[in-house]
Amino acid sequence: MALEKILQVTGKGVYVPGSDIDTDRIIPARFMKCVTFDGLGEYLFYDVRFNEDGSEKPHPLNDPKFKEASILLSGVNFGCGSSREHAPQALYRYGIRAVIAQSFAEIFFGNCTTLGVPCVAATAEDIEALAKAIEADPATEIKVDVENGRVFFGDGQQFPVHIPDTAREALISAKWDPIGELLEGAPEVEATASQLAYLQG
Amino acid sequence: MSKSLFEKVWEAHSVRKLANGQTQLLIGTHLIHEVTSPQAFGMLRDLGLKVKYPERTFATVDHIVPTLSQEEPFADPLADAMIKELAKNAEEFGVTYFDLSSGRQGIVHVVGPEQGITQPGTTIACGDSHTATHGAFGAIAFGIGTTQIRDVLATQTMAMSKLKVRRINVDGELPPGVYAKDVILHIIKLLGAKGGIGYAYEYGGSVFDNFSMEERMTVCNMSIEGGARCGYVNPDEKTFEYLKGRPYSPKDEAWDEAVERWKAIASDPDCDYDDVVNIRAEDIAPSVTWGISPDHGIFVDETIPDPAKAKTEAERESIQEALDYMKLEAGAPIKGTKIDVAFVGSCTNGRVSDFREVAKFIKGHHVVEGVKAIAVPGSQIVAHLCEKEGLADIFREAGFEWRGAGCSMCLAMNPDKLIGDQLCASSSNRNFKGRQGSPIGRTILMSPVMVAAAAITGEVSDAREVFQVADSAALAG
Ligand code: SF4
Repeated sequence: MALEKILQVTGKGVYVPGSDIDTDRIIPARFMKCVTFDGLGEYLFYDVRFNEDGSEKPHPLNDPKFKEASILLSGVNFGCGSSREHAPQALYRYGIRAVIAQSFAEIFFGNCTTLGVPCVAATAEDIEALAKAIEADPATEIKVDVENGRVFFGDGQQFPVHIPDTAREALISAKWDPIGELLEGAPEVEATASQLAYLQG
Repeated sequence: MSKSLFEKVWEAHSVRKLANGQTQLLIGTHLIHEVTSPQAFGMLRDLGLKVKYPERTFATVDHIVPTLSQEEPFADPLADAMIKELAKNAEEFGVTYFDLSSGRQGIVHVVGPEQGITQPGTTIACGDSHTATHGAFGAIAFGIGTTQIRDVLATQTMAMSKLKVRRINVDGELPPGVYAKDVILHIIKLLGAKGGIGYAYEYGGSVFDNFSMEERMTVCNMSIEGGARCGYVNPDEKTFEYLKGRPYSPKDEAWDEAVERWKAIASDPDCDYDDVVNIRAEDIAPSVTWGISPDHGIFVDETIPDPAKAKTEAERESIQEALDYMKLEAGAPIKGTKIDVAFVGSCTNGRVSDFREVAKFIKGHHVVEGVKAIAVPGSQIVAHLCEKEGLADIFREAGFEWRGAGCSMCLAMNPDKLIGDQLCASSSNRNFKGRQGSPIGRTILMSPVMVAAAAITGEVSDAREVFQVADSAALAG
């Protein structure tokens, strides 16, 4: 499986403020009744974007200004709660290609990395400043530089972001989806399994 | 060198280092259910891969099954398509499947231990965050995403970074009317919903020594609500006793060998931990949540937090957001909050001991008018035992609807849902906005006995008062 290196992600941004935005909010459980991930993008943040009758509520993702956004900004502990991969998949299928937040829940973070969606952490002030810039001009180009751990936007503004080394390495060396590497390890897997009594017989 | 159980299990299952520095970890046991696995099987087909160890892979159906009538086809065509897909995948890839006709179906985290599939010193993965439950047996058990399910199906391994280990000691004696659920709600309140990030939680101390396996499961289950990736208790005689004679437990000589192995896998007494937390059992009281995060917990006799008293602006905002959503009043006692629905069940508190405990108290009481109370066994085996022991009848007579096995109102991917802004006293594990099926539905987490007290009084109540717990404890003693 040939993957591409993800050194940087560029695009327009949208700010969904709040802390502890959990995966139930990102994709409500009832939309998990599906056997493929296709089409999940439509239901991203469904219950905070739509009323029960299907009409729109005010939400950044419903604002035509941000229709082209591919980089999501948020607060603390983004993606907490259920481990459902439907959440990163819904983001991905909606068109999100990177997330900048103050911090991320672990399972969500891992799921995103495996999809090739970098999740980078920044301070509240820096996110706030970027959010102001995109509010003032939604066409603002944002560049998430995964390799160097920085975000660039507008005319020459920038701030540092944190991404754990393992995720950074995986993204920039085109190994974010580990299946190829895991398959290569088959002989060692058998060797390890043969040492474990409960896997014998 | 002395080591913790986590380190021993990690080392025994480490296959090799990956290019990004993570470890390729062997997963001994893979549990799957209908919601998170179909896409993984789809990816397997796309890649032309097989299930590496089908004999180490076990499937059941829990999230979408209706609990009123479990006749197939289900009324909900989407749910029906999902259960058919699971049956098809299990068949095609040669995976054991505990289906609705097996008599062994149930919530995946109830079924694993019940079948003796969950064993000490093993690694377990399942596409569900409450996989931590299996840690009660001294297994290292991780909730994983669908792509990782694909990885485990195809390679029996996954890429992971090693965790730190935090030892949480709860010592002393729990006061009467205080349950395992109160212990974990208290731990989460103390350490926060994010406090466990990067950690495995090792639970110990006299309270855990005294706990039954089912109580240990209740605590390990909610490790994830505390941010920890997994939680476990070292295996001991209780663990072995529970496992003995179960369908997948080792037999005869293999049993004796296994017990020796299991004893050796426990943390060495003098091993180092990355962090240690000590909690006094006497400080814990019956707990309830008041907000929209599992760390929004208080004791039942406390008052609802006041945003005006918050230490930081962020905290003030978060309390205010929770109160607005929950429609609760700052500074008011939580006791007396009117409820609409009462739910006893889920992988946290849907085991036979939970129903036994509640049944002890609800005899002679009745669910108050206007409250819908449902009791949902965690598995068909739990359901069967409850019928046999007469517990189901006690619930029925007390005015509970007695349902078939499944996740039910824990996350409402089935017909059991809150309506509008109904408030539910729930023995489940998550009180997130909209968790129980209505986007504005409200959840208060508590122990099953506290749920029963709420069902009977129609409001959040102190079960010790409603059921005169101290007196009955004195009688029993
Ligand atoms: S009972 Fe609830 S938490 Fe447990 S597996 Fe089912 S949905 Fe998940």
